Amino acid sequence: MDLRDSPDEAAFRVRLREWLAANAPAHWDEPGTQRLEGAERLAFLRAWSARLYAAGFIGLTWPREYGGQDAPLTHHLIFLEEMGRSGAPEHVTPIGLGMAGPTILSHGSEAQKARYLRPILTGEEIWCQGFSEPEAGSDLASLRTRAELDGDHYVVTGQKVWSSFAHEADFCILLARSDPAAPRHAGLTYLIVPMRAPGVEVRPLRQITGDAEFNEIFLDGVRVPAENVIGRPGDGWTVAITTLMYERANLAVMLTVRLEIALSRLIDLARTTRRRGRRAADDPLVRDRIAELWTELQALRFTNYRALSTLMTTGVPGPEGSIVKLVWAEANQRLTKLALEIEGPYAMLSGGEHAVQDGLWQRLQLRSRGNSIEGGTSEILRGIVAERILSLPRSR
Amino acid sequence: MLREQARAFLGARYPLQHVAALADGAGFDRSSWPEVAALGWAGISVPEDAGGAGLGFVEECVLGEELGRALFPGPFLATVVLALPALREAPDLVKEVVAGETLATLAWLGPSGEPDPARFPTGAGPADDRSGLYGSAWFVPDLALADLAVVAAEGPAGPGLWAVRLDQGSISIQDLPTVDTTRRLGVLFLEGAEGRALAEGPDAERLLEHLRDRALTFLAAEAVGVASRALEMGVEHARAREQFGRPIGAFQAVSHSLADAYAEIESARSLVRWAAALVAARAPESAPAAAAAKALASEAAVRTCERSIQVHGGVGFTWEHPLHRYYRRAEWIQAFLGWPAELRARIAASLLDDSGGANQRV
Repeated sequence: MDLRDSPDEAAFRVRLREWLAANAPAHWDEPGTQRLEGAERLAFLRAWSARLYAAGFIGLTWPREYGGQDAPLTHHLIFLEEMGRSGAPEHVTPIGLGMAGPTILSHGSEAQKARYLRPILTGEEIWCQGFSEPEAGSDLASLRTRAELDGDHYVVTGQKVWSSFAHEADFCILLARSDPAAPRHAGLTYLIVPMRAPGVEVRPLRQITGDAEFNEIFLDGVRVPAENVIGRPGDGWTVAITTLMYERANLAVMLTVRLEIALSRLIDLARTTRRRGRRAADDPLVRDRIAELWTELQALRFTNYRALSTLMTTGVPGPEGSIVKLVWAEANQRLTKLALEIEGPYAMLSGGEHAVQDGLWQRLQLRSRGNSIEGGTSEILRGIVAERILSLPRSR
Repeated sequence: MLREQARAFLGARYPLQHVAALADGAGFDRSSWPEVAALGWAGISVPEDAGGAGLGFVEECVLGEELGRALFPGPFLATVVLALPALREAPDLVKEVVAGETLATLAWLGPSGEPDPARFPTGAGPADDRSGLYGSAWFVPDLALADLAVVAAEGPAGPGLWAVRLDQGSISIQDLPTVDTTRRLGVLFLEGAEGRALAEGPDAERLLEHLRDRALTFLAAEAVGVASRALEMGVEHARAREQFGRPIGAFQAVSHSLADAYAEIESARSLVRWAAALVAARAPESAPAAAAAKALASEAAVRTCERSIQVHGGVGFTWEHPLHRYYRRAEWIQAFLGWPAELRARIAASLLDDSGGANQRV
C-alpha cells in the first residue's frame, strides 16, 4: 500500500508515524532487555492501549457510536503496517479487536454492542477464543463442548485448547454444541463466556519453544446467560465463519509486516556474522536465499494489496488472499532456519553471553513450526484452494 | 477491455492448432503482422500524437499475459517490447513500426547472453580505418522475421544504439534452432553495416537498463499467462479423468500439487503488477522488482507446466498434447536474460552490498 497511498492516507501514515516515534516505548521487548512478566506486563499493555485509543488509532473502522473512528479500511491497514514496523507493543486484546469485536458488530444484539465494544477498544477488557478442542482441530465442526439450555441460561461443559490470552481474559468467544441431534454444522451456538464464572479453569499449555503462549480451558457446568448468544442459537457456524474471515484479513497484513521485520533482522545478522573468513552476506548461497525471501515478501505485500482492493470494491476479499498464510508460513520457516545456519555452531546456544541475540532465532525457529498448523493447517488451506478456487472435486 | 479484446482475437485467429502448425512449420508468417498492428498492439505504449494507442507499460503487461496464454508466435517481444522504445528519437521509424510495416528486434547480447554495456558484442567505427558497425550479436529474438535491428555497440563516443536495416549486403544472419519454435533466435553478423545513431553514452546505458527492466517484467507477465493456462489444463484434466472410480482431482496428492501451482502463480501475478507499475513510472526500485518478477514468474511457469504434465499422466507426455509447447515457452522465458539464480544475485547486491543503491529498504 506504500506504493499508492492517497493524500489522505499519506497524511494519516505521517501522523501515526510521528505519534509512534514520540510515544512508543523504545526497545520494550527486544532480546537482551528486561522483559516484563505477568501482572506487570498486563498493566503496562493496558496503559499503552488506553493511550493508543485516546490518540484515535484504535477501532479505526468501527462506528463512532461504539467508540470507533468511522475511518476507511485503508487507515486500519496502515495502522497494522506502521505498528509492526515501529516495533511498538501491540494492543492488549488482539482477539477482542480482531475477532470478538468485528463478530459482535456483524451479528451481535444492540445490547451486546453497547456493553462489549468500547471496553475492547480502551483495553479495559481482554478476550480469548474458544474454538479448537483436543478432538476438533482441522475438523472444527466436530467439536463436542456442550451448551444445554436450562431456563434463561446455557450450561456449558467441555474443553477448549490453543487459546491465547485465556489466562488473563475477561471473556471468551466460544463455540459449543447446543443441539446434538441436528446435523453437525447446524447444532452449534456462539456464546460470550465470562472467564471469571464458576466452573472455568485455565491451564497454561507449554509449547515447543518452552514458552506458554496458549492455554487449555476446562468448562464444567459453567452457567452463561442466554442473552450472551451472538446471532441465533444454532447459527454458531455462520457466526464463527465471520470471526475467521476477519482473523484472516487482519492476519494477512500483520504476518507480512512481521516477515518484513524478520527479514531486515536476518539481513543485519548476515552482514555482521563472519563465517569461514567472510561475512555471511558475501556467501553466494546465503545471498540467493535472502533474495528469494525478499522476492516472496514483495509478492505477499502485493497479494494482500490485490485481495484488499477487491474487498474495498466488492465487500468480499479477493480469492488470491487465501494463499497468503500458506506462502507466509513456509517463507517464515525457511527464514528462521537460514538464520540458524548463518549462526553456525552458535545455533546450539539458547542464551547467555555467547549466544547470538540471546537466543532470539532459536526461539523464532522453533515457534515457526506452529505457522503451518495454527489458524488452518497448510493441508487444510491447500484443500480450500483446490475445492473453492480451482473447483476440484471434494477429497472427503 | 484490452484483456477481453486480446483473448477474443487470439482465440479466433491463433487457436492452439494454428500455433502448433506454425511452430512445427515455417514459423510466424510476417504478412500476418499488419493485422496485429491494426489492433493498436504494435503501438500500445506509444503516445497517441506519435501514432500509438496511448496506453502504458502496465497495459502492455496485461497484453503480455494474454499473449503468453495463447502462446502467440509473433514478434511482439522483439518488436514492441525490446526495439520500439529504443527508436524514440527516430519518429519516422516509430511510425513504420507502429503501422506494422516494419518488424524490428534488438541485438544487444553477446555469446554470454548478458545485456552488459561493458561487454557489447559489436563495435562501431571509425576505428582501425573501418567505418560502420562490426561484430556479432547473439540470441536476437525473431531475427529472421525482422527488417530492422536496434544494435548496441561500442562507438567512438562510448556505448551507443544504432538502427540498422537488415537488407544490407554487409549483414548476414544465422538461425539458431530453438526448443520453443514459436519464438526463434538468430545470430547477427555485421561487416561494416550502416547504422543510424539512436542514443550514445550515458543516455544509451540508461535506455538499455530500462529495456532490460521492461523485458524482464514483460516476460514475467507472459510467464504468468503460460502458467495460468497450464494450470487450467491440469485442473480440467483432474476433474474429468477418472481412476479407481473417482476423478483424480479428488486425490490430495493431485489437488494439493495444483493448489501449490495456484499459490505460485498468484504470487508471481502480484509481483508483475508491482514491477509493471514501477517500470512504467521509471521508479528507482524498478531493477530489483523486475528481476524478482521474472525470477518468480518463470519458476512458477516451469513448475506449473511440470505439475500439469504430471497430472495429465501419459497423455501429457505426448507430442500431440499442447502442454509441451507451454513447457517449452516457460523454459525459454526462464533462460532468456538471466536464470532465476542470476536475477536473485542482482537482487542480493541491492539488498546486501553497501552501494548506496536506491533500494536499501526491505
